[in-house]
Amino acid sequence: MKRIYLDNSATTKVSREVLDAMLPYFTETYGNPSSLHTMGQEANVAVQNAREQVARAIGADAGEIIFTSCGTEADNLALIGSAYANRKKGDHIITSSIEHPAIMRTCEFLEKEGFKVTYLPVDQYGLVSPAEIEAAITPQTTLISVMTVNNEIGTIQPVKEIGRIAKEHKIYFHTDAVQAVGKVPINVKDQDIDMLSLAGHKIHAPKGVGALYVKKGTRIQALIHGGGQERNMKSGTENVPGIVGLGQACEIASRDLEKNAAHMTRLRNKLMDGILKIDHVRLNGHRTIRSPNNVNASFSFIEGESLVLFLDMAGIEGSTGSACSSKNLKASHVLLACGLPPEEAHGSLRLTNSEFNTEEEIDYVLETLPGVVDRLRAMSPLYKKAATEKV
Amino acid sequence: MMYSPKVMQHFSNPQNVGEIPDADGVGEVGNPVCGDLMTIYIKVKDDKLEDIKFKTFGCAAAIATSSIITTMARGMTLDQAENISRNDVAKELGGLPPQKMHCSNLAADALKLAIENYRRKLQGLPPRTGVTEGEEEHEADGGSCSPDEKPVQLK
Repeated sequence: MKRIYLDNSATTKVSREVLDAMLPYFTETYGNPSSLHTMGQEANVAVQNAREQVARAIGADAGEIIFTSCGTEADNLALIGSAYANRKKGDHIITSSIEHPAIMRTCEFLEKEGFKVTYLPVDQYGLVSPAEIEAAITPQTTLISVMTVNNEIGTIQPVKEIGRIAKEHKIYFHTDAVQAVGKVPINVKDQDIDMLSLAGHKIHAPKGVGALYVKKGTRIQALIHGGGQERNMKSGTENVPGIVGLGQACEIASRDLEKNAAHMTRLRNKLMDGILKIDHVRLNGHRTIRSPNNVNASFSFIEGESLVLFLDMAGIEGSTGSACSSKNLKASHVLLACGLPPEEAHGSLRLTNSEFNTEEEIDYVLETLPGVVDRLRAMSPLYKKAATEKV
Repeated sequence: MMYSPKVMQHFSNPQNVGEIPDADGVGEVGNPVCGDLMTIYIKVKDDKLEDIKFKTFGCAAAIATSSIITTMARGMTLDQAENISRNDVAKELGGLPPQKMHCSNLAADALKLAIENYRRKLQGLPPRTGVTEGEEEHEADGGSCSPDEKPVQLK
């Protein structure tokens, strides 16, 4: 059966171009970048080259990039590292209520450590209000962390405005841009970003590599101690092939941004418009202020896990914010924060495309989805009630 | 796959979906806020389950447990059917993921309630519901939809 992969916000395939760049570093140039001999130094050059590629993609300097093992580690380093390094100045952090668990759980950890965290609400589209951020600032605030693009509903936050506010108040601004790289333009200088997290596997590099941009002069302390790699900020022998892959993927992401974003937007709009023609469906997130690759909708009277599994049987791979599919059986905190009733959050479906998806694939989804929804609704005791009430 | 082949078989091809308009007993359990709502309809003849159908809003486990219990219970005496436990249902399905044992394994409860409501009807009593609505009421019934908490108890 043909399989259509529309779960690119979960992870992406490694592109041929990225894989080709990585391969020599497994079996040929496999030296340790800290070694003095030729092969070690060649590996070191590869890492430095990747550092420049990542830096260029976000408008930073190479010396401001710390390679990490994933996006989650980058988020942890940014939050915990800056919270402790600036504790004498203050103990207050501002974030939003729709951040990725890598931020949410880290903030909760910091609260247990005695820090104070403000979780700002969002509007029905998942947008954070810059005015509310400014109002939440206290003399003890040392950090604002708001994601660039939400991983579930694709909402794009007003990062530039938040960056300006943080700068005016001399507070650090961190953004989790894991879902943003390759989808929306990023420039850490224009947007006054002090720290930015990104991850390889969301942009066609492999899993197990990420990076944190830390603006020169930002006070931060390490989480992982050892041999002093990454300017002492992330000890441990470098994942050279992964880092090379991340560098290559970042270069491609910024090189092809316009072309890819246009393609993804076209697919997104086609899918979104088609899905919204089905009865009793609501779009989650904003219609236009959203990632080019994200469609998220709630289908009343049906449950998301069933929907995802039925679609999977038809060869379509997506995901849901339903509690029933999550490890903790809680409905998506993002959808609830946007004001969705829990039963609607249970019926959510997320389909996220990439540059490798095609119009034909979207056509197939739009041909298949209504039948799957009908089948599940025919089984649902909620559907008949609603249909009767409507008449 | 987190589900057994038997679960996937009943989920992808559920048996006895539908309603019985002139049902002798109806058992409705669950909580839409938690993502699971199940109704079982029974038709009784000579103290036996002559017909049984279901409608379910929920995950694959909820649909599969509903489907399989209708195949297990059909033709049973009321006393036999009433004794089908959640564990019997899970066993018949080749097991359920641990986190689904509480939340989505409601079919046995729905069937028990359908039988109870049939008996209440014979005594001229109004039917009971096993449906909780809204988070607060559910909270009082045993907490959130978390697997660590007690399952929804029938009142």
